[in-house]
Amino acid sequence: MLYIFCPHCGSRSQNEFAYGGDATVKRPELNKEISDQEWNNFVYLRKSPRGKHLELWHHISGCRQWIKVERDTSTHEIFKTYKADELTE
Amino acid sequence: MSQDFRLNNIGMVNRNKKISFTFNGKKYFGYEGDTIASALIANGVHLVGRSFKYHRPRGFFGVGVDEPYAILQLERNNERDPNIRATEQEIFEGLEVKSVNCWPSVNFDIGAINNFLKMFFPAGFYYKTFMWPPSFWYKIYEPFIRMAAGFGEASIKHDKERYEHKYEYCDVLITGSGPSGLASAYAAAKNGARVILAEDKPRYGGSLLTSDVNIGNQTGAEWSEKIITELKSMSNVIVKNRSQVFGYYDHNMLVMSERISDHLPKTQKYLPKQRLWYIRAKEVLISSGSIERPLVFGNNDTPGVMLSSAAKEYMKVYGVLVGKKPLIFTNNDSGYETAVEFKKNGVNPLILDTRKEPSSDIISEAKNLGIEIKFSHVVVAAKGYKKVKSADIAKISDNKKDLSNIENIECDCICVSGFWTPSIHLASQSGNKSEFNEKIDAFIPKKSKQKENTIGSANGKFTLEETINEAFDKGYEVSNKITENNNKVSIPTVVEKKSTEHDKFWCVPLPKGKSYKRFLDFQNDVAVSDIELALREGFRSIEHVKRYTTLGMATDQGKTSNLNGLQLVSDIENKVVPQVGHTTFRPPYTPVSIGAIVGREVGKHSKPTRKSPMHEWHKKNNAVFVDAGVWLRPRYYKQGNETLFEASKREAKNVRKNVGVCDVTTLGKIDVKGPDAAEFLNRVYTNAWLKLPVGKARYGVMLREDGIVMDDGTTTRISENHYHMTTTTAQAANVLSHLEYYLQLVWPELNVNVVSTTEQWAGAAIAGPNSRELLTKLFPNTDVSNEGLPFMGYKEGDLFGIPAKIYRISFSGELAYEVNVESNYGNFMWEKIIEVGKEFQIQPYGTEALSTLRIEMGHVAGSELDGRTIPHDASLEGLVSKKKDFIGKRSLSRSAFIKPDREKIVGVVPLDKTTSIPEGSYIVKDPKAKLPNPKLGHVSASCWSVEYDNPFSLAIIKDGKNMIGQKLFAMSPLKNKTIPVEIVSSHYVDPEGKRVRA
Repeated sequence: MLYIFCPHCGSRSQNEFAYGGDATVKRPELNKEISDQEWNNFVYLRKSPRGKHLELWHHISGCRQWIKVERDTSTHEIFKTYKADELTE
Repeated sequence: MSQDFRLNNIGMVNRNKKISFTFNGKKYFGYEGDTIASALIANGVHLVGRSFKYHRPRGFFGVGVDEPYAILQLERNNERDPNIRATEQEIFEGLEVKSVNCWPSVNFDIGAINNFLKMFFPAGFYYKTFMWPPSFWYKIYEPFIRMAAGFGEASIKHDKERYEHKYEYCDVLITGSGPSGLASAYAAAKNGARVILAEDKPRYGGSLLTSDVNIGNQTGAEWSEKIITELKSMSNVIVKNRSQVFGYYDHNMLVMSERISDHLPKTQKYLPKQRLWYIRAKEVLISSGSIERPLVFGNNDTPGVMLSSAAKEYMKVYGVLVGKKPLIFTNNDSGYETAVEFKKNGVNPLILDTRKEPSSDIISEAKNLGIEIKFSHVVVAAKGYKKVKSADIAKISDNKKDLSNIENIECDCICVSGFWTPSIHLASQSGNKSEFNEKIDAFIPKKSKQKENTIGSANGKFTLEETINEAFDKGYEVSNKITENNNKVSIPTVVEKKSTEHDKFWCVPLPKGKSYKRFLDFQNDVAVSDIELALREGFRSIEHVKRYTTLGMATDQGKTSNLNGLQLVSDIENKVVPQVGHTTFRPPYTPVSIGAIVGREVGKHSKPTRKSPMHEWHKKNNAVFVDAGVWLRPRYYKQGNETLFEASKREAKNVRKNVGVCDVTTLGKIDVKGPDAAEFLNRVYTNAWLKLPVGKARYGVMLREDGIVMDDGTTTRISENHYHMTTTTAQAANVLSHLEYYLQLVWPELNVNVVSTTEQWAGAAIAGPNSRELLTKLFPNTDVSNEGLPFMGYKEGDLFGIPAKIYRISFSGELAYEVNVESNYGNFMWEKIIEVGKEFQIQPYGTEALSTLRIEMGHVAGSELDGRTIPHDASLEGLVSKKKDFIGKRSLSRSAFIKPDREKIVGVVPLDKTTSIPEGSYIVKDPKAKLPNPKLGHVSASCWSVEYDNPFSLAIIKDGKNMIGQKLFAMSPLKNKTIPVEIVSSHYVDPEGKRVRA
């Protein structure tokens, strides 16, 4: 079970969190003309890298904040965690 | 039976407490502190089971977790417990155990015929035999194999025992209380670290209990007693016996199973049977020790052949002799310690040492004691079927290839020692890649991936001095990193007699003309010849050889067999062992009870049960409850002998005719607050929200980004910047996460806060033509007329002194209101509604009537919004704004979602107006069409319409809009029904919605 550092609460066990997928996906802006292909990429297409992955976790049984976690998908090493408003670019 | 093999002046069992138990129906005596194994051996019993494949007789091989043979089935308090190792299970008064894998009895086992059918059971036999003819598989082969396979039978009864989980954090977790565990725990604890020391056996000390050593002028046993007593007295130390750390998981999370009551006749009050510990440790010291390696020779699985360390432990810990005419077969000094112990207890052993001219203190001691030693000698084969009766021994040439002077000598046990294998399982589970150490012919852990260090013999340190020094240093080092204290304890001096010199010889060649089975894996009956065959057949990777031959795949996970198997493969392949590598170690290290893994999360405890504040009233009024997510909701209120069908019909009819009240506390409620709340709702819902006035509610639908409907519900504008959102019972948690996602990550610029208020409000839906009159009486000071509180209006009211919120919303399609009060007034509100409602013929109604009412109205719910439907499919397209953007809007213009024959919700009525249509039925054009019959859609919900008194269903079917009026068929292959139906509008009752606005 992973031990995740929540930037708001401190280190907590994985069972307090829910996984939220790739944190680098950016939602297209509202009211923007966008092709089927672009929209499809946003809704469905995700990379599944072996190695470093920036991903979202939701501290649902804690502070209820979404956080960003930089984790190695093969070793589970967690390099750093960020608040929702960090690493926005 | 008398304990003929019990020694009088040695051992740690409690001689003052005699304990009786039965084995295979026969009564035996032992002492408190005995295991089943030691007590049976004391009684001269060595035949306890049959082997997995050939059903050869099985005795005892080890004395702990590594035991491959003595797997028994235990009966305790009318519960069955399979896969119990006799070498671990302590006896208690009234214990009943029996053998497994034998029929009709362990003494006369019909399956032993397999022993003579060996040619049918070569390596990979299940890939080769029993294949033809194919029709034989189900009828003959499989039932036969199933009867023959497996160890013991799991109970099919509910396990009444209690198992617990515990979470713990510590600075240093130490797995094993042998010399390295004790020394490192002591050093770390004295340096201020919070330490957990886990020992899988009942007694602490590990090898110190049995080895003839001296630490700080004390015997090993005395020293370990002193250290453990001091550790137990320290407040920063948790010491646990009967506790096996069996799994090493990510981020230094280790799991340990503590057997609290397994050794007691009955689980004590307030204690669980077992407790599973989840331990998050800053540092781990793996001091799991090592397991003696067997030597391989002919019939080396005969009962009476066992590890020499086990024989020694049976003497020194249990005061039990494994034989009175022992033969010691060794390639190192460990066998000598056992021989010396036999001699000290009045038994004359014979030592066969494969080495030519070894010398050490312990060898000199053996010689001085007059023990007969034959150097350069080996056991060729054990003789005897159910117990060793003699052994063929021989002189072996210096190159270890040729045997000479074969002679038969009498003996009743053969104690083998092929040196030691470090238990690197936990280190390996942590991600540590091991390396082969030529000096000890075994793998040891290499570089740590997680914060762990392996110490002592688990790390290949086989002298006590090295072990103690390393352990004290590591204990200090890791604790210093955490506590930054510098309290270093002095390391005691150590005296040891045996050396670590050993012979790299482990497999005795077959004499000419003999074909003895030489076993490597004792639990799965894998012999040298099986490995040879697998390699001849082309298997090369050790992982393939393992799976093909089942080497190391039994419940003992190859603790004794692994390394000998690797040695053999590398010998045949002319490789060195590190090139062959070893198979992967996976948790659990020892078998763990399913009960312990599940813990208390069984039955009602597998999820929380939430009850509304009106729960007790429902119970008193004969409510029959149903699980709705985590909530318990009244399904119907039973009157007399009513069935579910009759009761729900009565309740629904009463709503249509008079007035009913339904507990809607379970609906999800979310407070949405902030200056940008309207803009946020406008992006979340498909319809427009910017112009909703204060004091008004609106029905809304929200989508996922893929265009699928996520949830629906009404949201009310309480004040300028405050909205009260409701969600369905099932989706409440998901919707909150969804909203938080968009507020925190996608549109952080919106100034909005959301919080769940589901538990803060108790809700009652009051529905039916009499509801307004009832409300007038409940709220005499509030104008609830159609003008004062129109449809989708909201008002605050005063309910007999209690502040209440009144929403004029309707799920039943009738004139209806929802009244909310703070949860702790819920029951008061409910009782007032029932009391005042009497004159209006009020009746409470449950979820079944609620469903009936909404189905015949064509209102959608979870069965239609099933994660596959877009707004169009549920006839909600009128709520989809064309002007503004919202979550999921772009998906709605994808080709599959706009094709002309897209599925749509319709009503379905059986032509005979009497046959109910099973939910899940397919709608088809031609019931006799060739299979697979193309389906138009499925029936999502069914009810008995109380308005028209006939069955009515909702269905989502292809091109639904144009199907209305058609005669089709509802087919349920499950219920074997084909029902002719007519497709009608989904709005079966009051299609214009006059009633809700009345």
